[in-house]
Amino acid sequence: MDAIFLQVLNGLDKGSAYALIALGLTLIFGTLGVVNFAHGALFMLGAFCAVVMRKILTLSKISLDPEKTNFLGKPLEIKTTYVELWFGDFGAWMIDYSVLLSIAFAIPVMAIIGLVMERGLIKHFYSRPHADQILVTYGLAIVLQEIIKAFFGANPVPQAAPSSMGGAMDIGVLFGFAEYAVIYPYWRLIYFVFAALVIGGVFSFLRFTTFGMVVRAGMADRETVGLLGIDIDRRFTIMFGLAAAVTGVAGVMYTPILPPNYHMGMDFLVLCFVVVVVGGMGSLPGAVLAGFLLGLLESFSSMNEVKAIIPGIDQIIIYLVAIVVLLVRPRGLMGRAGMMED
Amino acid sequence: MFGLDKKDTKFLLIVIFLTLATPILLQPFPQGSGLAQFNAGYPDLMQRFAIFGIFAIGFNILFGLTGYLSFGHAAFLGVGSYSTVWMFKLLSMNVLPGLILGIIMSGLFALLIGFISLRRSGIYFSILTLAFAQMSFNLAYSVLTPITNGETGLQVYASDPQYLMNENSLTTTHLFGLVMNKSAKLLVGDWEFTFNIGYYFCAVIAILAFYLSLRIFRSPFGMMLRAVKTNQNRLMYTGINTRPYTLAAFVISGMYAGLAGGLLASMDPLAGAERMQWTASGEIVLMTILGGAGTLMGPILGAGFIKYFENIFSKINDNVLHGWFSWMPDGLEDIIVWLIHPFVGKGWHLTLGMLFMLVVVFLPGGLVEGGSRIKNWIKRDKKPETNDDEHHPKHVAHVAEKEEF
Amino acid sequence: MSVFTTNRRGLIKSGAVLGTGLAMPTIFTASSAAAYTNAPTGSGVTLGFNVPQSGAYADEGADELRAYKLAVEHLNGEGDGGMMNTFSSKTLQGNGILGNKVNYVSGDTQTKSDAARASAKSMIEKDGAVMITGGSSSGVAVAVQGLCQEAGVIFMAGLTHSNDTTGKDKKANGFRHFFNGYMSAAALAPVLAEMYGTDRKAYHLTADYTWGWTQQESIAAATEAKGWETVNNVLTPLATQDFSSYVAPVLNSGADILVLNHYGGNMVNSLTAAVQFGLREKQVNGKNFEIVVPLYSRLMARGAGENVKGIFGSTNWHWSLTDAGSQAFVKSFGEKYGFPPSQAAHTVYCQTLLYADAAERAGTFNPCGIAEALEGFDFDGLGNGPTHYRADDHQCFKDVLVVKGKENPTSEFDLLEVVQVTPRAQVEYAPDHPMFAGGDLGKCNPGA
Repeated sequence: MDAIFLQVLNGLDKGSAYALIALGLTLIFGTLGVVNFAHGALFMLGAFCAVVMRKILTLSKISLDPEKTNFLGKPLEIKTTYVELWFGDFGAWMIDYSVLLSIAFAIPVMAIIGLVMERGLIKHFYSRPHADQILVTYGLAIVLQEIIKAFFGANPVPQAAPSSMGGAMDIGVLFGFAEYAVIYPYWRLIYFVFAALVIGGVFSFLRFTTFGMVVRAGMADRETVGLLGIDIDRRFTIMFGLAAAVTGVAGVMYTPILPPNYHMGMDFLVLCFVVVVVGGMGSLPGAVLAGFLLGLLESFSSMNEVKAIIPGIDQIIIYLVAIVVLLVRPRGLMGRAGMMED
Repeated sequence: MFGLDKKDTKFLLIVIFLTLATPILLQPFPQGSGLAQFNAGYPDLMQRFAIFGIFAIGFNILFGLTGYLSFGHAAFLGVGSYSTVWMFKLLSMNVLPGLILGIIMSGLFALLIGFISLRRSGIYFSILTLAFAQMSFNLAYSVLTPITNGETGLQVYASDPQYLMNENSLTTTHLFGLVMNKSAKLLVGDWEFTFNIGYYFCAVIAILAFYLSLRIFRSPFGMMLRAVKTNQNRLMYTGINTRPYTLAAFVISGMYAGLAGGLLASMDPLAGAERMQWTASGEIVLMTILGGAGTLMGPILGAGFIKYFENIFSKINDNVLHGWFSWMPDGLEDIIVWLIHPFVGKGWHLTLGMLFMLVVVFLPGGLVEGGSRIKNWIKRDKKPETNDDEHHPKHVAHVAEKEEF
Repeated sequence: MSVFTTNRRGLIKSGAVLGTGLAMPTIFTASSAAAYTNAPTGSGVTLGFNVPQSGAYADEGADELRAYKLAVEHLNGEGDGGMMNTFSSKTLQGNGILGNKVNYVSGDTQTKSDAARASAKSMIEKDGAVMITGGSSSGVAVAVQGLCQEAGVIFMAGLTHSNDTTGKDKKANGFRHFFNGYMSAAALAPVLAEMYGTDRKAYHLTADYTWGWTQQESIAAATEAKGWETVNNVLTPLATQDFSSYVAPVLNSGADILVLNHYGGNMVNSLTAAVQFGLREKQVNGKNFEIVVPLYSRLMARGAGENVKGIFGSTNWHWSLTDAGSQAFVKSFGEKYGFPPSQAAHTVYCQTLLYADAAERAGTFNPCGIAEALEGFDFDGLGNGPTHYRADDHQCFKDVLVVKGKENPTSEFDLLEVVQVTPRAQVEYAPDHPMFAGGDLGKCNPGA
């Protein structure tokens, strides 16, 4: 029982990441109708916002320690970060909490990247075939990740969670399990709560604001909204920025779970397309639902008991589900009929 | 000739000429000159041009004609390779049985996947093919290792049965004694040309593959496929069941991929699972779009373009750069090398990515459109060309995007 | 479907075209006067450095390339000579190899066997490389080794740790300086038994591909011989990003040791997940729960950050070794590039020197001559103590380092500390050991 409960937690946790990325992808697809292969790169850029933030915070003054020597027999360099020099303990606190501070940094940066991307490049591709959109965004994704590789190398760059949020908690006790039966890392729990907040935020924004209402109307019927004299394009551009920011912060918060590397975007890309399609193209609740569903299924299929019955199931489960869903329910779980179909 | 009209015959003859003269055309710079780095006339790369050309021609029959964008074609390439290597392991190093089995197996595999995937269209079709291919790749890498030899890649061992072999048999791949990796070198002044049997074998098959695709493009069957691309609904309303046509196109293009995979294994008897990964499927999509989807020559150009970058640009290192610019004053040389450095060698991906973007932004019809623009620019004084829609495709709506959002 | 009809005339004509095409290459006969592939013609000799420059191992590839450049400098008599001065064989004079100036070409393996073979082929066919070396994965090493065997050039393997490279897939033209899964296990098991006791229950997480399997087999066998019990072995897909669902079941499995048979990105991610789940603070069966990473890479350990502290593993070489050879290498590498070399850099530097020396001793670049010179070669002064290149399988036998993640690193490079230098005798095995059985070295192939 506790094993299953653990896999539920794992599934929800994976699902949060999938749902957040798929949410951003669907916002872009649902509003602008663009197949964005650079979306994984946005997630990766978000994660590297956290890396940059930590780099900035740990900019150091270098002094030489004549007593000690480095590997070449020269005086050892001692680094003291400027923030600690200037702010003392508060500086150390800032470095410790740099992942959370990065969110404040990532939102504007990612939103601007999104806006620039849309106005500078994607804009010209609305009326072009999807194949062209794929080619240009794929090219962009390669360029972005190569730039990151040039600056940060190919190896993963570790990012620690704030020390007060590291470690694991005995969450099973809260649910009536024996002590230490179900232990779960704090940060993963935080990630889940964070994902729930962001998803809730995006939905309320679309639901309860006039801006959101117009966007939703535009997603349903772009032409009519345009005929009503509303500049729907400008709003969609803003939505692109919003989607980039959502994906970016999803990346920032993910860094303590997975040390980011330059190709992480490509690794997530295929999976996210599968999530979006399973959920239904253009359906926001569908993307979230499918994200959690696939996360849970992936977790369960990796259990030894399941693998003993069907060997290799954890390798293919996601794709198998996608095939079954598409054959049984072509529009995806919550998609509108006819979306992207003939 | 060959059942083609005059223009197509001319076109085919040009293609045949270019293919056969490739070892000379791709070796424009003399050995030892700084620019020899850009020569591509060595057997392995020429073989790859021909093989990926075949792959792209086949992919174009599906994507270019019907508009169905498959993201899983690499799986068929992999199946073709594995089948061929298995024939080497079981029978002998003669490539013919392997190629035939490769085509049959990939055809059957394509039939199965196509039958299921073609129930959907647009992006759903793409995702279905992608899912099948990823499943194949993941399983080939892990659970199916007894068949695929996993990460190491399937290869021929001396301990394999090879029932048709005796002590005198050739141990390298051959076609009835024509050894694939044999080459003849021709020195003309400082130029060295390599004529490789394997390349000519691939080239002849590529020409046949091209000829077949030309016939398909011009046939009523090809017309039907184009109709599917233009408006499948309308076809259905007229009472035509389009599925057999699209399935036939899918299987044919799968067999082309299997042939290409078999040839890859024939030139180099090892089949790695990576050739089934989604990035490999993506690569063939990129080749086709980059060159110009729906045109006859485009996909071949795209395939050559990407393979050229992968093999030539990735090998330009700082040492080579310094060699080129050594005539400059020292400071300037370092600056120039520093400027070029990020785009070559390990940065070849960056250059490729930027070229993708440039081509798709400025040449919506792919490289073929670039070619015809240059042609028009040269001929602009003369009367404008009659619009040959084969070579400058007009924008044709894809199945997926007729939907009004 | 009978829509593209072909008439008989057309068919005959097509056949004629096919015939001419087939006949064409036979007009020229293959001819080559040299006794072996790519015999140097001028005053230079070209070596092919085939390393990952894109993909997950690009940083290791970059470090290998740095070491290669350094080796070429030293061979050509530039720089301070590095390990050439400490190498027990004194044939290398700094005048290139056999009086030929050493040139090199580099290529990108992309850590894919296809791409690696394409790149190696272009080096052989286009650039006239007489030796290929490099790589950071066993799949690639095996693939390129097979190619070099067919093409008739020597392959000096880079970082490859699978038993298969010099086992099932060994080739007469291929040589490996790096250690392997069996040696890691043989070196680690006694240390683990000493540190953690002999009554331990181990849970293995293993990357689901050939390298993972051979390493898991080796570790399980070696630790079981010390009295450990293997509770479970779970295979994880190579593409796994988040290992939480594989790590979580370990908590209540009754195991008190977790062995991570992962490398590279997989290792970083699985170790990170294991530490997050509090495994290291856990007590099971009255003992501290421990994690073991059998194959360490310092470059990758950096990616795992704090999590590697105190975790045992093995490595081929580490820059903190104090023998004269290691110090000479660290000094010349460090002064050129500003940071210490990795084990990948070390092994490829050694391989380059070993190749050059073998050519000098053989007096030829002929692969058969070089193979003969390397087979059974005993040498010292390259940082691993007295080393033997075994003739039976072309595997180097030398001391293996058991290392531990350092508790108080003084710099970003100072992540591992050497716990024990396991003597060579302890990691040796018979050439026909079952884990290495099934292969055939074959005969050396000079090509041409």
